[in-house]
Amino acid sequence: MRKFIDFVLTSVRLALTGSRKYYAWLASLLIMVLFGAFTYYYQLKYGLIITDIRDQVSWGSYIANFTFLVGVAAAAVMIVLPAYLYNYKEFKHITIFGELMAVSALVMVLTFVLVDLGRIDRVLHLMPVTGTPNWPQSMLTWDVIVLNGYLFLNLLIPGYLLYKAYLREPPRKWIKIFILISIPWAISIHTVTAFLYGGLAARPFWNTAVMAPRFLASAFTAGPAFIIIILQIIRKYTCIGQPGCKLVVSDRALFTLAHIALISMLVNLFFLGSEIYTVGYAATSHIAPLKYLFFGLEHDGVLYNKLQPYMWVAITIEIIAALLLLFPKTRKNFKTLNIACIFAFVGIWIEKGMGLVIPGFIPTPIGEIWEYYPTLMEIMITLAVWALGLLVYTLLLKIAIGILAEDVVHPSAKGKEMPEHH
Amino acid sequence: MVDEGRRDFLKKAGIAAAAIPFANLRIPVIDVTLEEFFQKHYKEMSEEEKQRVIERLEKQHKEKYGVDVEIMTTPPRKGVVWGYALNIQKCIGCRRCVYACVRENNQSRANPEEPWRGEIQWIRVLEFEKFEIHPGGKAKDFRTKFGEVIAGINLEESEHYYYPPHVPEKDKFYMPIQCQQCERPPCVKVCPTKATWKEPDGIIVVDYNWCIGCRFCIAACPYWARRFNWSDPYIRREEINPKMHYLGNRIRMRGVVEKCTFCIQRTRNGRYPACVEICPVGARKFGNLLDPESEVRRVIEKKRVFRLKEELGTQPKFFYFID
Repeated sequence: MRKFIDFVLTSVRLALTGSRKYYAWLASLLIMVLFGAFTYYYQLKYGLIITDIRDQVSWGSYIANFTFLVGVAAAAVMIVLPAYLYNYKEFKHITIFGELMAVSALVMVLTFVLVDLGRIDRVLHLMPVTGTPNWPQSMLTWDVIVLNGYLFLNLLIPGYLLYKAYLREPPRKWIKIFILISIPWAISIHTVTAFLYGGLAARPFWNTAVMAPRFLASAFTAGPAFIIIILQIIRKYTCIGQPGCKLVVSDRALFTLAHIALISMLVNLFFLGSEIYTVGYAATSHIAPLKYLFFGLEHDGVLYNKLQPYMWVAITIEIIAALLLLFPKTRKNFKTLNIACIFAFVGIWIEKGMGLVIPGFIPTPIGEIWEYYPTLMEIMITLAVWALGLLVYTLLLKIAIGILAEDVVHPSAKGKEMPEHH
Repeated sequence: MVDEGRRDFLKKAGIAAAAIPFANLRIPVIDVTLEEFFQKHYKEMSEEEKQRVIERLEKQHKEKYGVDVEIMTTPPRKGVVWGYALNIQKCIGCRRCVYACVRENNQSRANPEEPWRGEIQWIRVLEFEKFEIHPGGKAKDFRTKFGEVIAGINLEESEHYYYPPHVPEKDKFYMPIQCQQCERPPCVKVCPTKATWKEPDGIIVVDYNWCIGCRFCIAACPYWARRFNWSDPYIRREEINPKMHYLGNRIRMRGVVEKCTFCIQRTRNGRYPACVEICPVGARKFGNLLDPESEVRRVIEKKRVFRLKEELGTQPKFFYFID
């Protein structure tokens, strides 16, 4: 117990000490969070009227970002799985960064759901004992279970491994069980999130069996793309990458991640294409949301097409990203690789964020066309949630790198070598 | 009988003992009292607890709006399942039903000082062209002399915002849409907190004090029948209908979903829904589906009826018909 308290205190110290640049980064994130919190105060006081979400388009920026980020959280499995099931050595050193990415993504996911609620004061009505969860009927109750379970797993696993590394002791076998559980669990969180949409017969745009597969494919593109960038930043600003460092982020690991992103992106584009073909060729009345997304819808001589430019940008940069990842020459060149990763990440953020949520509502089930465009206050809150996630990720990374790479150990473990299993 | 009285007494004593300390303490910003915060799900309340809640709500209405209101908890009647029938041949699109509904059910009104907040309406009347021909059509491959035709109920071709000087307009027909009170309601299925449910008389209701405002039900409804309180409701004192039902037209709060309840406060007390009463052409029929002699049953049996989006399997208890 004593040792665990030491671990917690050391972690806090590690998280809160750093270079001037580190403080500047933390401060800028914190300012964004505070601005958002202030804006959220208004939302709490006056209601969701401060957003542009209305009866016609009843979910907006919050739920779009929620959906995207569940994918990023799930994508940690793309590092965990090769490392533990295939014993892929290059990934052993970076699994922790994936798991911590999952934690921070989940912090954003849960915050986005909370800020979207009309009555956050009644959130406990979702829970057993304090509420009446409509389980197993409502997919949202499933989402509460799988998301919180996944958060628990991703706090436990890296937390325990870091604690053991801090003591320079090998981890016990039982943790492996949780690691193995976390693999299908990651798949489950994004499947359930897809089922939230896929189960609604009222919304033909979402009511398709390809929803969950498409969600997973796009998640396994955006997640690795994100972590490729993060790992390079870590390599640049910490002792990792310098000779003698305990932790290695190899080029090979990054290129393997790029490969994963490539295949996932191709599969994602294939699923998207299948969906567009099926709906487009059949050309029933269910084509309207897709038409809105790509060309806009006309009513009484007015063209409604606010999303159209975004979607074309998304598809274009996704295809560019796929091409850059496809050719070994551009995949193994960090400049082009990074462009590909940013394009893939942003492209999917549009495609399965706003590009998925908003057209589901347009036209309404009884044929009204009403366009949504987030308000400034809504954007401020959205940005703040992102800043919060990045803040959490930064702090967690700082702790992990301190213990794993910079030789911060418990006094009792001074001089001990890191055991093999880490 | 004596036993029951005794049990009542014990129950009351129990409630008094379990009463929440600082019940009237108000949590700032979200503006709820601790008593409201700890309020149970409507279906889990005992009769005494319901009574307490009703008293509190009536007091709150008085404090906030300065009006004496009566909030009923009239239960469903045995052997009754409500059904509705609407004659789209007769409907003239005057929207008197829309406004009568708003007056009856205490919906939030448009606030002239905050134009971005519109009036909440539970009924939407769609205007359709009887037919429209575009000779030659747009698609070259399928061009025939007859051309593209728009006719019948094509929701995506409907007009939601029509304002002619007089209705009905020539060559137009109208179709009001409100909650279809489905036998298999998708909105109830998706609600994560059981805050919305189907009553034994078939009406889908919402416990406004239990809804968390996730709006999953709005996304799930194929008839766009649900509305959300994006802000605090705005309603002038003199416009308030003081005859209220807990599950119906009591004034809502911001952040919760609301919908048509077939005027539960009226129909459970032997009156017609406001929309039925106001309709100037008698296009709206209402009654007990279990009673073979009821008007609505007769319409179903004698007229050509259809239900909206039958293919979705929601089995509405709202029937459209023509003579």
